[in-house]
Amino acid sequence: MNPIAELRDVTKTFDGTTALNDVSLKIVEGEILALLGPNGSGKSTLLRVLALLMEPTKGETYFRNIKVDGGNLEQMRMETTLVFQKTTLFSARVYDNVAYGLNVRKMQKDEIADRVSRALKLVKLEGFERRHAKRLSGGEQQRVALARALVLNTSLLLLDEPTVNLDPKNAAMIEEIVAKANQENKTTIVMATHNMFQAKNLPTRVALMENGRVNEIGTPAATFNKLSKTLASFAALENTFTGNAATMEDDTTVVEIGVNTRVVATGQHQGPVTFFISPEDIILSKARFDSSARNILKGRITEIQDSDALVKLKVDVGKPFAVQITKRSFSDMNLNLDAEVYIAFKASSVQII
Amino acid sequence: MNEIMDGLIKAFQLIFSGDPRVIEITLRSLYVSGAATLIATLWGIPIAMVLGLRNFRTKFILKGICHALLGIPTVGLGLILYLFLSKAGPAGFFGLLYTPTAIIIGEAILITPIIVSLATAAIENVDPEIVNQAKTLGASESQASVTVLKEAMAGVILAGIASFNRAIAELGVAQMVGGNIAGSTEVLTTAVSNETQRGNIELSIALAIILLTLVFVISITVNVYQRRRK
Repeated sequence: MNPIAELRDVTKTFDGTTALNDVSLKIVEGEILALLGPNGSGKSTLLRVLALLMEPTKGETYFRNIKVDGGNLEQMRMETTLVFQKTTLFSARVYDNVAYGLNVRKMQKDEIADRVSRALKLVKLEGFERRHAKRLSGGEQQRVALARALVLNTSLLLLDEPTVNLDPKNAAMIEEIVAKANQENKTTIVMATHNMFQAKNLPTRVALMENGRVNEIGTPAATFNKLSKTLASFAALENTFTGNAATMEDDTTVVEIGVNTRVVATGQHQGPVTFFISPEDIILSKARFDSSARNILKGRITEIQDSDALVKLKVDVGKPFAVQITKRSFSDMNLNLDAEVYIAFKASSVQII
Repeated sequence: MNEIMDGLIKAFQLIFSGDPRVIEITLRSLYVSGAATLIATLWGIPIAMVLGLRNFRTKFILKGICHALLGIPTVGLGLILYLFLSKAGPAGFFGLLYTPTAIIIGEAILITPIIVSLATAAIENVDPEIVNQAKTLGASESQASVTVLKEAMAGVILAGIASFNRAIAELGVAQMVGGNIAGSTEVLTTAVSNETQRGNIELSIALAIILLTLVFVISITVNVYQRRRK
């Protein structure tokens, strides 16, 4: 397999802290590689080094087996593009945003117009050309950023947490677009995520990162099987828990994740397991209510994080669960820090890895 | 009271009758301040881009000097320029003293700190990720810098307008190096000052109305423009 890009013994330090620690990594042409790891594990730094926006403190970067240096940096950068975690749009119309990279490449006006309209169609923003980019919703802005990267048709596309802070509908749309770009245009994709579910389903390979190192790399199935080795560190991943599983009579499993904290999952499992629950699968309520959900846990809100359309909450039920609700629900429910709430989710939403 | 009303009425008559002297002084003021702003912009923006985008050790000293020069007394600067441009001075051989060119140079120097300070602040206010964003889309170092300048454009225009307003409203430099020579270096501020002393109140009022109107209209236009951009 041909590596499209390669990092050899790359270390990156900022003011004494090591963000990347002796990382060697080959990106295979045509793959989707997910970088999975908790916040601060070095995913963003790795992407910035691959995007040739950041020079490693030590080590080398290769692009199609050519070493990147000062002489060919700007030319090499044309082969790759990064979509930032925090959407950064130019204060201009959607059209000018998406056309930016094509203008820089001195493409013909007609060709630019054609490509921009195709890219906007791909991200389902047809007819948005003349709208001011910064006046769009968060999800739409993220899609403009994605279109602006896709339109360049670079051989390597880098995505930094592309669905973080997005509602499930926009997140699913972005995942679909990414998969399509990979299948139809054969674009090689490297994507940072701390979403287990995303890392399990979308990519060809997964690289587990921790403390600036790549600990494990391989197919999702193989990597998650080996996960137990680094389980402790992955508890830092959102809604990923470990515990002891016991099979029940009704073909379900009860996992004990803490003192008096049990979670019911479907299927039969025994012994130590790791599972993940997508934050959007969790229902939040102020009072206990009857439902078909097998898991109803009482806890307190310990953290409130406001993003564009969503509010992310941490609910401590013995273990911290991340829950996301719309801004509207948040204000309707009149929630505040330390409030007593119930979280509910189906046994089938518990994904045992 | 009557005197003031009388002066006001006559002033409006002067303005609306299209008095040739009023027109001439107004146009010269616009030309001199406009040219000074243009020159200050041409050398001020590149300085602002370096101060706003690059990190170097002496940066804070340069920014400090600029801030300190914001409030420079115009008479003081006028005197220094006068000494430079007078026949005995080091630049005397150019023969620029008491010419519109001398006022343009003087005002350009006067407003450079304004344009540099305000434009630097506007550039520094641009999301620092814009440079990286431009680069990852393929922009070269200089193309990325131009993109940042475009993002800061509202602030840069504001800097230009503030500079123009300062130039057209200042008296010291225009008086000291221009000399208020009728038909040659008379501008709005110097004419208001000198005509008042001569007791020519209606002309003074007419010119002052024009000066204030210009400054207000420009400021309001900028405000409206900025609001619409948001």
